[in-house]
Amino acid sequence: MCCLSKPIKRKKNDVKVKVKVVNKRVKTKPPSTPSLNLVCDIDTLRTLIKKNKVRVVDVRKRDEYLKGHIKTAVSLPLAELLSNDDPESIINILNNLGISNDTLVVIYDDTFGALASRVAWSFKFVGHRNVALLEVTYDNWKKLGLEIERKSNKYSKVSHSIDIDYSIFADAEYIENAQNDKNKIIIDSRERLNFLTEHIPNSKNIPYTMLRSENSILRNPSELKRFMENRGIDLNNEIITYCGSVGTLSGLAFFALKTAGISNVKLYPKSFKEWKSLGKLKTEFKDANYWDLSAE
Amino acid sequence: MAKSIDYDVLSSAKNKELETNEKWGLAEESEYFANKVKLYRQDKLNADEFRRFRLQNGAYGSRLNSEFSMIRIKVPGGDITPTQLEKIASLSESFSIGSAHVSTRQNIQLHWVQLEDVSEVFRGLAEVGLTSREACGNTIRNVMCSHFAGVCPNEPFDTTPYAKAIARFFLRNPICQNLPRKFKFNFSCCPEHGYVRIADVGLVPTVRDGVRGFRVYLGGGLGAASFIGHLLEEFTPESRLLSTSIATIRLYDRLGNRENLARNRMRYLVSEIGWEKFQGLLLKERILVEATISIPTKKSYDGFLNTGDLNNTSISSSSTKSKIKLPVINSNSADTPYTRWLNTNVVAQKQSGYYSVYITLGAGDITSSQLRILAECIREFSLEKKARNTPQQNFLVRYVKADQLPKVFQKLSGNGLGNPGANTIVSTVGCVGTTSCNLAITNSHRLAKEIQSKFLELNIDLDKDFVDSTIKISGCPNSCGQHEVATIGFYGGATRIGTSMVPIYTMLFAGSTGENGELGKAIMRIPAKKVLDVVLKIFEHFKKERTGNEKLNEWIYKISNGNGAGEIKNVDDMKKLLLPIIELPAFSAAPDFYKDYGTDTNFVAKTARGECAA
Ligand code: HEM
Ligand code: SF4
Repeated sequence: MCCLSKPIKRKKNDVKVKVKVVNKRVKTKPPSTPSLNLVCDIDTLRTLIKKNKVRVVDVRKRDEYLKGHIKTAVSLPLAELLSNDDPESIINILNNLGISNDTLVVIYDDTFGALASRVAWSFKFVGHRNVALLEVTYDNWKKLGLEIERKSNKYSKVSHSIDIDYSIFADAEYIENAQNDKNKIIIDSRERLNFLTEHIPNSKNIPYTMLRSENSILRNPSELKRFMENRGIDLNNEIITYCGSVGTLSGLAFFALKTAGISNVKLYPKSFKEWKSLGKLKTEFKDANYWDLSAE
Repeated sequence: MAKSIDYDVLSSAKNKELETNEKWGLAEESEYFANKVKLYRQDKLNADEFRRFRLQNGAYGSRLNSEFSMIRIKVPGGDITPTQLEKIASLSESFSIGSAHVSTRQNIQLHWVQLEDVSEVFRGLAEVGLTSREACGNTIRNVMCSHFAGVCPNEPFDTTPYAKAIARFFLRNPICQNLPRKFKFNFSCCPEHGYVRIADVGLVPTVRDGVRGFRVYLGGGLGAASFIGHLLEEFTPESRLLSTSIATIRLYDRLGNRENLARNRMRYLVSEIGWEKFQGLLLKERILVEATISIPTKKSYDGFLNTGDLNNTSISSSSTKSKIKLPVINSNSADTPYTRWLNTNVVAQKQSGYYSVYITLGAGDITSSQLRILAECIREFSLEKKARNTPQQNFLVRYVKADQLPKVFQKLSGNGLGNPGANTIVSTVGCVGTTSCNLAITNSHRLAKEIQSKFLELNIDLDKDFVDSTIKISGCPNSCGQHEVATIGFYGGATRIGTSMVPIYTMLFAGSTGENGELGKAIMRIPAKKVLDVVLKIFEHFKKERTGNEKLNEWIYKISNGNGAGEIKNVDDMKKLLLPIIELPAFSAAPDFYKDYGTDTNFVAKTARGECAA
């Protein structure tokens, strides 16, 4: 998605790169406990890396990581997290990556932020507050000529406390109860044709493709806010997102909705795959041959 | 302080091209639309009022699902820039289905857009100068212009600026915001290319005593009942184009039928009061218009015309004035994919050394990534840096130099855009049918794609006998697929065979476009799943029985007029030949024959209220 026609040549060290930011920069707070926005811009991350104040997490496949990654980044392939994603295992992962309660974490991937979102959500879920998505993908970071390295990073083990945040979590039963609640909106973040084919009854479709801009994994907050307003979604509504299988696309939607200023957002990580396997009701739309319009 | 260099990851250099096309869209209309949707959702605006508003702004309801809209983006004259194509690509990805659809009237449609997101699409369109305003509704629809205008060896002058000036003059113009029904202008480049006889106003350029002008045809149009337009007068000088257009619209606005939905196009008015009477009234009306037209009105039109002309003067290279047909580059080895493509998709322009290149689509569909490739292609290889979309649901990239053609092909074919057959029967036209239209009975869209892939598989594009012939398919009698002007046309319907419902098509023969265009004649009804067999059978007999170098369209024309020279002399012979083929096996033996393309359940003809007249 993000592609710049010309990679930018940077001069050594003394260059300060200015980038249009998607989110406001980190507000200056006492240096010991800085906090991150949901999306971290390039500039901020580079500064944090320089100051050694951040744990960068690369969620791509391990061999991709080994070929090159953002400076200081650790490797956590999404599959590794998903293979065992109960809260204790996630805490274990945090400990092994050297992420303690106060560590700032910035996560990136090479799939428009969806994988990073799923990992970031998991960290939030077990009680890690300071986590953000990098505004660009690795591919873009590299194209911009920013700092990368090949050496595998390892940090000393720490001990993260556990404080599960059920306010951002939904399961099938929760969805079922939400279906007829006017104040709760279920959002399907798969693409339009998949949604038309079948979806959870009463859900609305906000495809993940709607959320990104040409150069950033998420559009800017005012744009996202306007989209929600158009849809008649109130900032006070509770929203539950789901997608096709493991909560990646809907993870991205989770962060988009938060960015839009909606405070109560939940993710149904097991998503439509589980919903169908449980034999729950779904809405199908068979009165039109919309797939035949696709030129794929 | 360290020195800083600025770069801006959010914008790209591309935006500079904007100036090459006019601005049709207005950003404020997007916000206005968003607000109306909110009012409608809050029940503060009634459904009828909202529907009228929605259609005026270019958004149709989608098939049996009013949550979603189809947005019809107008491309006046079919003229479109790479930046505009890229914007459509990203809007489709964000809000539609990741593909766009080129229509039969030079619009580009985005389907299955959530009603609440329509305003966002409008916003994006306005950013690149596009609009969908008055693409639907009872007003002046997209003004068409031959995609060869400006490069056609037979044209007396380029009609594009006139088409655009007319489009510009009537867009948002109070005199046409509430006509009895939709109203269509079609400009051609020469007597051969263009859909001038099936428009409310069709215009063929001509020059008399050194004065530019038109032969104006009025009252044509396709639909459940179709008519061929009448010639208003031998010569209408360009100075009277505006007054003639205004007079026609005023007359229609005043006299047109506003009661009967099925008979309110201008062609019914013409046929009811008779052409002579209509013609007389019109000529009088024009005198009135000319006597009363205000200077600012006239000036605004002249202004539009001049901008259009200026845009085009940049490339006026030497033109060969001889009356040649658009020649196809001939090559000996017809078998490499490149030469195949060259033979059917590349035509010489009147500007020597320049060629126009067709991009063959499947029933007009193109993905977002393909749109981006197309945009790159235009930037890289077209001197005018624009493209045209065609009523055959393809694109035409013009002003390409001969030595660039292999590179163009390489780029296109690497991305699924290099199919041959554009100017042959292979390039099948299909309306959207049951993929999105409320009125559709059959999946005409898929059928068109099936026929195209079968033809490609059979190498039919290699056969010169099929050049200039067409197959066009509509999913119901309304003719959005223009089946009446095809060599072989089809429109969808339903019938009962035994105890089962079956999707069927009525086949028509010998329709044609151009100044001498004629409407096709209905031949017989064919079950959807037998259409391909029937067409191939017709080909087989054509090959056996045609005389000399007769091409398919010529042979079909003879048969439909009862002048066949072989075993098949007329339509009745043809029917006899085909009857055995269209017979269906028993339902229990072959249930698939009773189903439509793209559906695995039994066929039912489901339709809802259409919005064509709203
Ligand atoms: C009674 C209702 C309708 C009638 C009589 C009608 C008739 C027509 C006709 C005659 C054309 C022909 C092309 C031409 O003028 O050269 C056309 C174009 C078209 N129509 Fe319809 N139509 C109707 C409703 C619809 C609906 C409901 C849809 C789908 C939402 C639709 C989609 C199209 C499309 C895609 C085109 C292509 C041309 C364009 O870009 O304007 N039509 N229509
Ligand atoms: S011809 Fe019929 S099916 Fe096709 S688009 Fe028009 S109204 Fe719909």
